[in-house]
Amino acid sequence: MEQEITHPLESFLRKTRIPHIWCAGCGNGVVLNSFATALKETEQDLDKLVVVSGIGCIGRIAGYVNTDSFHTTHGRPIPFAIGVKLANPELKVVVISGDGDLFAIGGNHFIHAARRNVDIKVICANNFNYGMTGGQQGPTTPLNVSTTTTPYGNIEHPFNLVHLAAASGAVYVARWTALHVRRLTESIKKALQKEGFSFVEVISPCPEIYGRRTKMGNAIEFMNWFKKASEIQNFSDPAKAEITPERIPVGEFVDIEKPTFEKLLREMIAGVQGNVEGGT
Amino acid sequence: MTIKNRAVWTGKHFLSGDLACAEGALAAGCRFFAGYPITPATEIAERMARRLPQIGATYIQMEDEIASIAAVIGASYAGLKAMTATSGPGFSLMQENIGLAAMTETPCVIVDVMRGGPSTGQPTMAGQQDVMQAKWGSHGDYEIIALAPSSVQEAFDLTIEAFNYAETYRIPVMVMMDAIIGHMWEKVIIPPADKIKMVNRKKPSNSRIEYLPFKPEENLVPLMAVFGEGYHFHATGLTHDEEGRPFTESIKVQQRLVRRLCDKIRKNADKIVLVKETMMEDAEIAVVAYGIESRAALSAVRKARNNGIKAGLIRLVTLWPFPEKQIAKAAKNVKMIVTPEMNYGQLVREVERAAKATPVKFLSKLGEEPHKPEEILEAIKGGFA
Repeated sequence: MEQEITHPLESFLRKTRIPHIWCAGCGNGVVLNSFATALKETEQDLDKLVVVSGIGCIGRIAGYVNTDSFHTTHGRPIPFAIGVKLANPELKVVVISGDGDLFAIGGNHFIHAARRNVDIKVICANNFNYGMTGGQQGPTTPLNVSTTTTPYGNIEHPFNLVHLAAASGAVYVARWTALHVRRLTESIKKALQKEGFSFVEVISPCPEIYGRRTKMGNAIEFMNWFKKASEIQNFSDPAKAEITPERIPVGEFVDIEKPTFEKLLREMIAGVQGNVEGGT
Repeated sequence: MTIKNRAVWTGKHFLSGDLACAEGALAAGCRFFAGYPITPATEIAERMARRLPQIGATYIQMEDEIASIAAVIGASYAGLKAMTATSGPGFSLMQENIGLAAMTETPCVIVDVMRGGPSTGQPTMAGQQDVMQAKWGSHGDYEIIALAPSSVQEAFDLTIEAFNYAETYRIPVMVMMDAIIGHMWEKVIIPPADKIKMVNRKKPSNSRIEYLPFKPEENLVPLMAVFGEGYHFHATGLTHDEEGRPFTESIKVQQRLVRRLCDKIRKNADKIVLVKETMMEDAEIAVVAYGIESRAALSAVRKARNNGIKAGLIRLVTLWPFPEKQIAKAAKNVKMIVTPEMNYGQLVREVERAAKATPVKFLSKLGEEPHKPEEILEAIKGGFA
């Protein structure tokens, strides 16, 4: 009898949802692959893992992973994830979303979740534009770039996401491109095992929308850019990690220890219960 | 004041509506509160911040009301009864995720202590200006349940009821409390824990393979699994089938889903709607009122009776689904309906719609105290002129 050949990560996918909606050459597949590999290699209990996503191309990822998962409204995966995590701290809660979702409409939630050091993991696929709506300018679009809503060139300064995450209080911050699959997977593994607010940025090719508009070319050309411009600078100053056409600083930027919100909450509750009339 | 570390604070107490609402939530089993300070609802958050840790549960102050309701939805999907409390400006911000809660059939409770609007309006003044927003605030077709307490005791009782409805129908339930009820102090009797009716969502018993998270039971409500129990289910704000799979271009899936989301309330309305009638048996004039206005209305109706006018009161406990049948039935027997509200004409539109040919006289108050009984009495008397 012929043996059925399956993908080694098939058990991590909700097969009824495949094929996915992503374009050929999109980096979201790399994110999904690295994430699933990280789950496998860290032997995560999939019954205790929740994946939360927002709106945009990568937002569909929550539907593709074979775990409990929720696809929120635009910009809101982080506060939803906080509710899940605090309601059941045994769960591992991972937010996977895009640059527009997490840093434009959801920017306020990101900085406050990092400040509180809630033990959630945030993976951001940064493709420099709003892909699903057809290539509009976003919070990470580089200066001067022409998009559908910046037809005369972008006059807004982009966010340096690793700097923002570090300044907001994240305990683990890393950036890789979709070319650095192995290192990206290692960083996701580290984030999964780290206690506290962890952030992994993935510079992701968007050849069909961003590439076409900006004439940056196809997926191979994106990968060549990543190869040429990436500089691995582990634990360098995230403030100096701005992305330019010539230079994409990648690596781990922050890996520190700090009490999580959950730990402080547990301690506070224990203290309160020890003091109230009737005791615990 | 000593509060013991138990959820149900059994006994006779002197409380404000806001505090009674918080105690009602705890008695109903609420174990998660996410909120943002806002007048005149802040006391609910403050009470929860103090009380929840005492019973080993979680309070979190979020960065805004959008995040607050998002966290509440998350906590509910992780298995807890969850609540937030706000006032008009925050209620506006919550509308986005109230739609998400309706779409993903999330049991949760939202308290809106109504102040004067629009916009920042009059933070410390009472209003009833959010009652239409409670029903229509988010985009698309959906149904919610909204309750209006008219006393501090009812702030306690109806908050429990709100949680029970949320769990029964898997929907966001709103407690629409005007700021006067929220800040008014009255006696509240909190019964023993075993005398409080508590409803918990129905959970699936079948296997992961068989479980369809949005397949309705006979009452049109699906069973609800909880994150972390091995069901590996998916929920989305996109139009979805019974498995939770997005169908963004299917007419059939959209119609089936949206109709069910509405019908699970519309077709169960008789089990949900509650009005309290006083002296309506032989009434020729009915006053339809809710919240603080219903108390002045009761006084006005009594005064009218003393003047030989056959007036009665229909107090709306449920604002949504709107008590259409009850108003329509009463309208057939009376010559006129008087509806006082602390807005410029909101729920009166529903009253008019249900009353059909029966004339409805609307009394409006904006930015001041609620109607005095005498003012409502004048309107009742005017009906005979």
